[in-house]
Amino acid sequence: MEIAYSPQVDRTFEVKSSKERCRAMRRRILDISQTVSALHIAPAFSCMEILDTIYFGLMRRDTNGRSSDTFILSKGHGAMAQYVVLEQLGILSKQDLDGYCHPQGHLGAHPDYGLPGIEASTGSLGHGLPMALGVCLANAESGLLSSTYVVLSDGEMMEGSNWEAVMAAINLKIVDLTIFVDFNGFISATPISSRHPNLLPLERKFEAFGWDVRSVDGHDQQMLFDTARSKSPDRPLAIVARTIKGKGVSFMENKGIWHYRSPNAGEYRQAIAEIEAQG
Amino acid sequence: MRDTFAQAFYEEAQVNPKLFMVVADISPASKIANFKQEFPTRFIDVGVAEQTLIGLSAGLALRGYKPFAYTIANFAIYRPFEQVRDDICYQNLPVTMVGMGAGVTYSPLGATHHTLEDVAVMSAIPNMSVLAPCDPPELKDAMRAVIRHDGPMYLRLGKSGEPTLTAAAPDAFVFGKARQIKAGRDVCILSYGPIMSMAADIAAKLEDKQGRSTALYSVHTLKPIDREGIASILQHYPVVLVIEEHVEHGGLGSQVKQIAWDTQARCRLNTFSLKNSFLHVYGSHDDVRRAHGLSVDQIYPAIAKA
Repeated sequence: MEIAYSPQVDRTFEVKSSKERCRAMRRRILDISQTVSALHIAPAFSCMEILDTIYFGLMRRDTNGRSSDTFILSKGHGAMAQYVVLEQLGILSKQDLDGYCHPQGHLGAHPDYGLPGIEASTGSLGHGLPMALGVCLANAESGLLSSTYVVLSDGEMMEGSNWEAVMAAINLKIVDLTIFVDFNGFISATPISSRHPNLLPLERKFEAFGWDVRSVDGHDQQMLFDTARSKSPDRPLAIVARTIKGKGVSFMENKGIWHYRSPNAGEYRQAIAEIEAQG
Repeated sequence: MRDTFAQAFYEEAQVNPKLFMVVADISPASKIANFKQEFPTRFIDVGVAEQTLIGLSAGLALRGYKPFAYTIANFAIYRPFEQVRDDICYQNLPVTMVGMGAGVTYSPLGATHHTLEDVAVMSAIPNMSVLAPCDPPELKDAMRAVIRHDGPMYLRLGKSGEPTLTAAAPDAFVFGKARQIKAGRDVCILSYGPIMSMAADIAAKLEDKQGRSTALYSVHTLKPIDREGIASILQHYPVVLVIEEHVEHGGLGSQVKQIAWDTQARCRLNTFSLKNSFLHVYGSHDDVRRAHGLSVDQIYPAIAKA
């Protein structure tokens, strides 16, 4: 099988630009929230910096903007974050995002394979990582120099399928795989520490299966970037990224109700004002 | 059937670098062992991890490969059902779930190892095709269609020792078409999979004892079902029987009845299926089939007067 890619353009990743993009993308999500009755706003906000770092810092792109690297959003309910990143990259259009969850549009609450920039359908939790193992093995078989990035939610680590895949990855000698666990501490509205406290500390579970593991601040782009770039070449890496669900809007932060809700007009104005003030 | 599948896969894999064999704790036997030896990177054993079996296969297919996810039927599709539905069918990927030892083949192992309702469950998923060849030569022909097929497929197999029934078949194998494997005038039996040998025995008995010329059809493609072909059979024969190692619900029996109603068929139609019940009966494959009401001795008297 031949998969040809143009030479990769080595990109520079500037944290200042990333911060500006993340502010703009949070504003964009808030704008879209006013056109639908509900959306997963807090789960998107918690992984905003992670997605920006992956797409703008880590994934290599050719001069046409195409990447031979793979990104899978296993926490599919964070789709809004992926859509705004793809819009920034020009892979999805403004019109695409304006049609979000509208009958005339084609973007739903979870990513659908086949849409521009969407490399796997997700939505039900615990599916992204096993699929990523197959992508990694396919790349190895094709002789393709390609990295695979997966973003999972912390609550998603309650799914048994993920632990099958965490176990299998090492034994199948999968190396070019980096996963980010968006560790915001909540499953929909309940703290993980009260539902399944012994899921924690997550890091030690990955270590036990032979993975490289790092803990980082999931809203610190420099730390996310540097940690991913320092990945060992001989084993997969799990980055447990501590995040705040609803990050960026004070009244949404760590409030269960914002898992799936659109702000009303007043809340919207206040949220926009807070995001603007961060600039 | 196991060996025929292995042989056909091995032959194709020699010339088709897209084929992967992904198994869940299946020791590679016969030609699969040769494949593993010659193409070690295209043979993957995920161990006792069926969700990974299917999810990983989806990932391979996302990058242009054609994986066969192979294990005992119940483990290939029931344990990882959501992966089959979401990862394979929703994304419409060319992954073949190979269910070995389907129906009540693993008779002493009990209901956990049986697939009484696999055709119904798999057929109900959008984008899925379901194929169940009746003997080793038909499986060999079916494999060509499976390899060409560009979408999700459930390949329902027996295990071993299936007799050859299609050597003198009037029709060739065509994916999606009911296949006449023996001509007849008075009665027509529709079946699929290894229980076709029981259908053949009943046909022989009807001819020997009653002189009723009996046709046999292998409805190997359960989805998409050959509505036109079955409608024509229902019009052509005065008596039509369905024999299947599957519950009637969502199996061939209910589908044929549906077509009969839709086309206002006037034939006599009898269906013989597994009971919709977890029987706690152990023994040989034939013993468990008999407990479900499926044996020549039970079916023949019911149709001798039909």
